[in-house]
Amino acid sequence: MATLLLAEHDNEKLNDATLRAANAAIQLGAEVHVLVAGQGCAAAGEAAAKIAGIAKVIVADDAAFANQLAEPIADLIVSMADGYDAFVAPATSNGKNTMPRVAALLDVMQLSDVTEVISADTFVRPIYAGNAFQKVQTSDVKKVLTVRTTTFEAVALDGSASVEAHGASVGNSVSSFVGAEIAGGDRVDLASAKIVISGGRALGSKDKFNELLEPLADKLGAALGASRAAVDAGFAPNDWQVGQTGKVVAPDLYIAIGISGAIQHLAGMKDSTIIVAINTDEDAPIFSIADYGLVADLFEAVPELTASI
Amino acid sequence: MKILVPVKRVVDYNVKIRAKADGSGVDLNNVKMSMNPFDEIAVEEALKLKEAGKAEEVIVVSIGPDKAQETLRTGLAMGADRAILVQAEGTIEPLDVAKILKGVVEAEGPDLVILGKQAIDDDANQTGQMLAALLGWGQGTFAFKVEMADGTVDVTREVDGGLQTVKLNLPAIITTDLRLNQPRYASLPNIMKAKKKPLDVKTPGDFGVEVKNRLTVLETTEPAARKAGIKVTSVAELVDKLKNEAGAI
Ligand SMILES: Cc1cc2nc3c(=O)[nH]c(=O)nc-3n(C[C@H](O)[C@H](O)[C@H](O)COP(=O)(O)OP(=O)(O)OC[C@H]3O[C@@H](n4cnc5c(N)ncnc54)[C@H](O)[C@@H]3O)c2cc1C
Ligand SMILES: Nc1ncnc2c1ncn2[C@@H]1O[C@H](COP(=O)(O)O)[C@@H](O)[C@H]1O
Repeated sequence: MATLLLAEHDNEKLNDATLRAANAAIQLGAEVHVLVAGQGCAAAGEAAAKIAGIAKVIVADDAAFANQLAEPIADLIVSMADGYDAFVAPATSNGKNTMPRVAALLDVMQLSDVTEVISADTFVRPIYAGNAFQKVQTSDVKKVLTVRTTTFEAVALDGSASVEAHGASVGNSVSSFVGAEIAGGDRVDLASAKIVISGGRALGSKDKFNELLEPLADKLGAALGASRAAVDAGFAPNDWQVGQTGKVVAPDLYIAIGISGAIQHLAGMKDSTIIVAINTDEDAPIFSIADYGLVADLFEAVPELTASI
Repeated sequence: MKILVPVKRVVDYNVKIRAKADGSGVDLNNVKMSMNPFDEIAVEEALKLKEAGKAEEVIVVSIGPDKAQETLRTGLAMGADRAILVQAEGTIEPLDVAKILKGVVEAEGPDLVILGKQAIDDDANQTGQMLAALLGWGQGTFAFKVEMADGTVDVTREVDGGLQTVKLNLPAIITTDLRLNQPRYASLPNIMKAKKKPLDVKTPGDFGVEVKNRLTVLETTEPAARKAGIKVTSVAELVDKLKNEAGAI
């Protein structure tokens, strides 16, 4: 049979997470179909057709899917389920919201945050904030997985799959969209950035966070991230939180500034290629995983670093 | 209205667990256990709604071993009115947890179930969504703000890129994110009082559920440790290393 990959998109473009999840979907070994559900999403459907190695794109264009609410999207996927034996989405906030609903409706256990596909029924996934990894085999006939995007390379965009429209609509009498505050801006996307600069509680205020970290990020073309403490204190937006219960990132270079290195934070960044930590406390746990540690006051070290790059 | 809050007993968030050398699992001997932190936030939110006059009763429920009674007592000491333990040993996967919770919901008739977004042991982030699906209810996951209205609830959610608000018809499912509130500590008098609050003990069978796991854990391993790095003594040295040794900038 086939694998259905739920695409993540803004009706125009696909995101990088989808291309990475496509890699995992292809590794399952069956033909992969990509579902692009949205409203006015023809362009995203065309973009999906370029994903290398997939067989077909199915575009479900309907007002019900405009805001990617979990209830109608899950119902849509379940209505298509007969033709598929695996359902894959990136472990983004959308994927995490929708896929367990699909799994429950199909009466199967979801595999969350899969980091490795061993075979069509055996996967590796992290538990306990990534302090252990489980190799698990599922006995369910249909598989539902979300994929940790940092461990899969994005597939190329040089394919030319066919695109077909999915006509059926689904109702939703239980939830509706009220509004969203989505930060636009030209800051590099945290999830796919090559360099990430994260600030912690030690920054002290939102003003200082921005004043110190933005110039450095601009110079390096980096994304900004934060510890939970910095987000809780209002220095940085919620979706900048890196960690077990925030975003997982694995850039080429991660610079942790004024972050102690709690296990929940490490869970989100310890797969970065090079880790730099700047902290006044030479015993801070972050130094135990840093390639380069600098024991220094960030209020002096960061401006100096920015000036010397 | 009633609010049901499922709470899970998990390894305390301060503990760094170790995988057993033979790959058979994680070592949980003599490890400190606590209520899953997201569930504390869920209890807190339910109590706030009760204090605001939007709910009459807060019921905490846990599925797990006898020891999970401690977790339920913590919820009662925070201020929940009564507790239900659904006794089950070993691993109970989120799908079975959701099925048992569906049974509890049908028996108790709450208008709102508030769960944590994620248990910090299995890191599954599934149970609330699964319960919503099984009940056919709307779901407000990763809640940042909850506002009750007449017959509906508005849930502002933490999503990639920012915040999203959805309106759910009641009854509904909410799962908590970190910024929803700051959970209270139980005071000593309340801990004493909690000992006298009702705690019912049930079995999965009482809700027509037979626990049958779908996943077989073949191996549990620790990730490779990073090799020890070095301390640099100045910003200039750091920049030099990043440029010339790591080629990172
Ligand atoms: C359920 C749960 C989930 C969690 N999820 C996450 C998560 O996803 N991500 C996450 O990050 N955390 C998470 N946490 C929180 C985590 O446990 C830590 O509390 C948090 O990471 C600490 O943030 P911090 O390092 O900024 O603050 P702190 O631990 O307070 O560290 C501040 C550091 O700054 C240093 N410092 C102080 N002044 C200076 C200075 N002038 N110059 C340089 N350094 C200085 C200090 O030495 C210290 O090491 C979670 C916690 C729980 C309970
Ligand atoms: N055994 C359990 N008993 C009670 N509640 C649970 C249990 N397992 C999961 N939950 C609830 O479901 C949430 C999400 O768990 P999970 O899907 O395992 O990450 C938790 O925060 C709890 O609110």
